[in-house]
Amino acid sequence: MPRAGLITAENNSDIDLEFTGDEDEVSTFQEELERGRHRGRRRDGDREKKKRGNRRRKGASKETVEGEEESQNRLEKRERRRKRAKRHQEARGRERDEEEQAKIKSEKKEDGGKHTVKEKAQEVKKKKHKTVVETSSEEEMRGSGRKEETDPESEGKPWPMKKKLVTLRESQEFVEKYEGALGKGKGRRLYAYKVMMSKKWMKFQRDFENFKTVCIPWEMKIKEIESHFGSSVASYFIFLRWMYGINMILFGLTFGLVMVPEALMGRPYGSISRKTVPRAEEASAMDFAVLWDCGGYAQYSVLFYGYYNSQRAIGWLKFRMPLSYFLVGVGTVAYSYMVVIRTMARNSNESGGGDDNSFNFSWKMFTSWDYLIGNPETADNKFASITTSFKEAILEEQESHKDDNIHLTRFLRVLANFLVLCCLAGSGYLIYFVVRRSQKFALDGLDTHTWWERNEVNMVMSLLGMFCPMLFDVISALENYHPRVALQWQLGRIFALFLGNLYTFIIALMDEINLKREEEMIIKYNISMWEARGPCWETMVGQEFVRLIISDTMTTYITLLIGDFLRAVLVRFLNYCWCWDLEAGFPSYSEFDVSGNVLSLIFNQGMIWMGAFYAPCLPALNVLRLHVSMYLQCWAVMCCNVPQERVFKASGSNNFYMAMLLVILFLSTLPAIYTIVTIPPSFDCGPFSGKKRMFDVIAETLESDFPAWFGKVFSSASNPGLVLPFILLMVLAIYYLQSTSKSYKEVNVELKKKLQAQNEENKKKNKRAALKAQTDLEEARNATSQTAQQQQETDGDEKHASRQRLHHGTTGHNPPPPDHERRPLATRAPVPRPYHHDNHGTPGYLPGFSQQSEPRVHRVPSLQRH
Amino acid sequence: MGNKQTIFTAEQLDAYQDNPFRQRIAEAFSEDGEGNMTLEDFLDMFSVLSEMAPRDLKAYYAFKIYDFNNDDFICKADLEKTVNKLTRSELTEDEVRMVCEKVIDECDLDNDGRLSLEDFQHMIVRAPDFLSTFHIRI
Repeated sequence: MPRAGLITAENNSDIDLEFTGDEDEVSTFQEELERGRHRGRRRDGDREKKKRGNRRRKGASKETVEGEEESQNRLEKRERRRKRAKRHQEARGRERDEEEQAKIKSEKKEDGGKHTVKEKAQEVKKKKHKTVVETSSEEEMRGSGRKEETDPESEGKPWPMKKKLVTLRESQEFVEKYEGALGKGKGRRLYAYKVMMSKKWMKFQRDFENFKTVCIPWEMKIKEIESHFGSSVASYFIFLRWMYGINMILFGLTFGLVMVPEALMGRPYGSISRKTVPRAEEASAMDFAVLWDCGGYAQYSVLFYGYYNSQRAIGWLKFRMPLSYFLVGVGTVAYSYMVVIRTMARNSNESGGGDDNSFNFSWKMFTSWDYLIGNPETADNKFASITTSFKEAILEEQESHKDDNIHLTRFLRVLANFLVLCCLAGSGYLIYFVVRRSQKFALDGLDTHTWWERNEVNMVMSLLGMFCPMLFDVISALENYHPRVALQWQLGRIFALFLGNLYTFIIALMDEINLKREEEMIIKYNISMWEARGPCWETMVGQEFVRLIISDTMTTYITLLIGDFLRAVLVRFLNYCWCWDLEAGFPSYSEFDVSGNVLSLIFNQGMIWMGAFYAPCLPALNVLRLHVSMYLQCWAVMCCNVPQERVFKASGSNNFYMAMLLVILFLSTLPAIYTIVTIPPSFDCGPFSGKKRMFDVIAETLESDFPAWFGKVFSSASNPGLVLPFILLMVLAIYYLQSTSKSYKEVNVELKKKLQAQNEENKKKNKRAALKAQTDLEEARNATSQTAQQQQETDGDEKHASRQRLHHGTTGHNPPPPDHERRPLATRAPVPRPYHHDNHGTPGYLPGFSQQSEPRVHRVPSLQRH
Repeated sequence: MGNKQTIFTAEQLDAYQDNPFRQRIAEAFSEDGEGNMTLEDFLDMFSVLSEMAPRDLKAYYAFKIYDFNNDDFICKADLEKTVNKLTRSELTEDEVRMVCEKVIDECDLDNDGRLSLEDFQHMIVRAPDFLSTFHIRI
C-alpha cells in the first residue's frame, strides 16, 4: 500500500526534518530526468544537478550553510520555473499549464513527505533557516519508492487537499509577481502604459523613417525613372541632385556672406562712382536687352565684383567686407574639394561590400516583389523595375559568358584608340588654328570681317561638339566592351574633346583681360573726378561667365525641346501618314544621352567654380538653372525617350563621375588662382582696389586685427625651413597610406575569391553527391531486377528439374500415369512457398513475378489456379 | 450568426489587386486550395505575412505560393509562370528560359531539376530583403 504509506507519511510529518541531503535531491532529479516529460524540467534538472555538483564541491562540512543555500536555491528555482512558465504561457497556454502541473508534481514529489504544508509556507516567507541535516536511508527509500508510485498514480486521480493548497499558494505568488502582465492588480496600469508606450515608440520610429525618405527631394521622380529606364539613366539624375545640393551650399555662402552684407550695410547705390551707372549709359540702363547682356543696372549691383567697396569695415557690425569676399572665394573652392573627395571615399567603401552573387537570379525572382504595394502606379513602377532588373542581370550574364578571340579584340581596341587619338589631335590643332586666326582678326578690328569670321571660334567649337561624339560612338562599336565600360570610355574621350573647348575659352578671356588692363593703364594717367572711371576687368570676366552660362542653358533647353520633344511628336503623329514605320525605322524616339548630359553638367560646374570669385551671383544662377533642369529633364525623359536597347546596371558608385568632376575642379581653379596671384586688382573697383595684390588683404588683417604675437607666429611659420620638411612629411604620409590601402584591397579581393571558390566547391560537391546518390539508386534497382530475373531462371530450372524428377518419380510410383498431373499438383504445393519466400525478399516485384512466371508454367496451366 | 459572411472569396481581397500573386496567396492559405478562406485561414495569412512571423514560417508559405501546380516542388514551369507574372510577360521566351535555367542552376542542390522545400529554404534564408518584402502591414 505504498499510496497509503505516502499519505500517512505526509500526515505524520510534524517532524521538523528539513531535507537537505544532496543525494536525495540528486536522486529526485534523476527521477525527473528519467521521466523526461517536459523539456523545461529536464533543463531545470540539469541546471540543478550542476548546482548540486558545485555545491558538493564546497565541502560536506558546510551542510547547514548548504541547507540555507538549498532553501534559497529552491526559492530561486521556483521563481525561475515560474519565469519559464510565464514565457511558455505567452507562447502556448496549454503547455504551461501542463508544466506547472508537472512542476508542482515534481516539487510535490521531492518535498512531499518531508515537509508539512506549514513548513513549506514558513520556508517561503523566511529566507534563513537553521536546518538539521538528516540524510536517512529511510527517506531515500521513500524517495525511491515514490518513483514508482506517483508516476502512474498521480496522473488521473483527483488531487488531495494538500496538493491543491500548495498549488494555490504558488499560483498566488506568481500572480502577485506578474500581475501587470496578467491584467490584474495595482501594477497593471503601469504595465499597460509601458506596453502602449513601446508600441507608440515603434510606430514613431517607423513614421520618422518614412518622413526622412519623403524629405529627400525628387525621390519619387527618380525612382520612377529608374524603374522605367534603368539605373544608368537614374544615375545621371542622382548626380544632378547631388550637384544641386553642393550648389545650394555655395549659394548660401556667397549670398549670405558677400551679397547680403554689401546690400544691407554697404554704401547704397549711387553714393560713389563705382556704384552708379555712367551718365552715358543711363538712358539704356533699364532695357531688357541690356539687362540680359549683364549691362546696365545688372552690372552695377551686388551681382558683380565691381560694385563692392574696398572699405575695410562696413556697418555697425564692423563687417570686414574685403576679407569676407576673399575668404568666401577660397572657401567655395575648399568646400568643393572636400565634398568631392569625401564622396569618392565613401563611394569606394560602399562598392567593396556586399556583392553577393551566389543567388542573384533566385533572389531577384523570389524577393523582388514587395507585398506592401497597394497603389496601382507604384505597382506599375515596380513591374517596370523588376523587368529592367531582370534585363540588366541577363545582360551581365551574357557579357560574362562572351567567349572572344582575345587577339582580334585587342587589335581592334588598339585600332579604335588610335583613331580616337587622331581625331582628338586633329580637333586640337583646328581649335588652335582658329583661335590664332581670331586673335589676328581682333587685332585688325572686328568690323572688317564677316559674321563667320567674327564668330568663327564659337561655331567651330559647336560643330566639333556635335559631330565628334557621334564619331566616337561609331568607333567604339569596334571595341566590343561591356556597355558600362563603353560608356566610361565615351565619357573620357568627349571629356578630352571638351578640354579643348575650355582651352580656347581661357585664351580668349586672357586676351580680353590684357586689353582691359592696358585701357586701365591709359586711364589711370588721365584721371578725372567723375567722368572717367577705371575699367573693371574683373567685372568683365564675371560678365563673360554669366553670359556663357546663360547661353549654354538656353542651348540645352532648346536642343531638348526640338531634338527630343518635337522629334517625338513628329514620329508619333506623322506615323499615321508616312510610308515607313517611323517608330521602328529611321528617326524613332531618341534615347537618353547619358554621357552628353553628364559632361555638360560637369563642365558647367567647372565654369561656376572658375567664375564664382568674380561674379558672386553665379552660384545663385546655377541653383536656379539646376532646379529648372531637373524638372524639365525628368519630364522630357518620361515623355519623349525610350529605354536603351541594352539596359545595363550602372556601377554601384558614381566614382567615375566624381573623378571627372575632381579633374575639372582642379583645372578650373587654376586660372582663377593664377589671376588672383599675379594680376593686380583694378584701382577703381571691387573690394581690393588700391592693393597691390588681392591676397594682401590677408596680410593686412593679420597685422591689424590679430594680436602681435599671431603675426610673428605666422611669419615664422612661413619660413621655408619649416615648410619644406612639413611638405616632405605629408608626402611620406600619403605614400604610406596609399601602400597600406593597396595591400588591404588586395587582401580583400583574395578573400572574396576564396569565398566564392568555396561556395562553388560546396555546390559542386552537393551536386556530385546527389548525382552519385541517383546513380547508386539506379544501380540498386537494376541489380535487384537482375537478381529477380536470375531467381526466376533458377526457379524455372528447378521447376524443370523437379518436373523431370517427378516425371521420373511418377514412373516409379504406383498411381497411374494419367494422375501425374495431379501428383505434380500435390508435390507442387510446397514449391510455390519457397517462391513466395523469395518474393518477400524483393517485395516490389511480387506481382511482376507471378506475371513473369506465368508464361513459364503455361505448360501446366491448371497449376496456376491456386 | 445571421447573414454574416464567414468565408471570403479571393475576389474580395481587393486591396491587393496589383499583386501578381494574389490568386496564389489565396490558394496557399485556404483550406480547400481553391482560394476560399475561413476566418482562421484569413488570420493565418495575416499572421504569416506580418513582421513578427519567423523566417522559416515565411519561407514555407512562400514556397507554397510559388508552387503553382501544388506538387511540393517548384519545377521549371512554375518558375516560368513566376517570371511572367513578375514582368507582366515583357521578357522574351529566350530570356525567360535563361532566367529559369539560372535559378535552377543556382538553387538546386539535389540535382533533380526542380526546387524542393529544402533548396528553397537554403536559398531564401540568405536573402537580405526577404523579410522586408514578404510582409504586409495593416
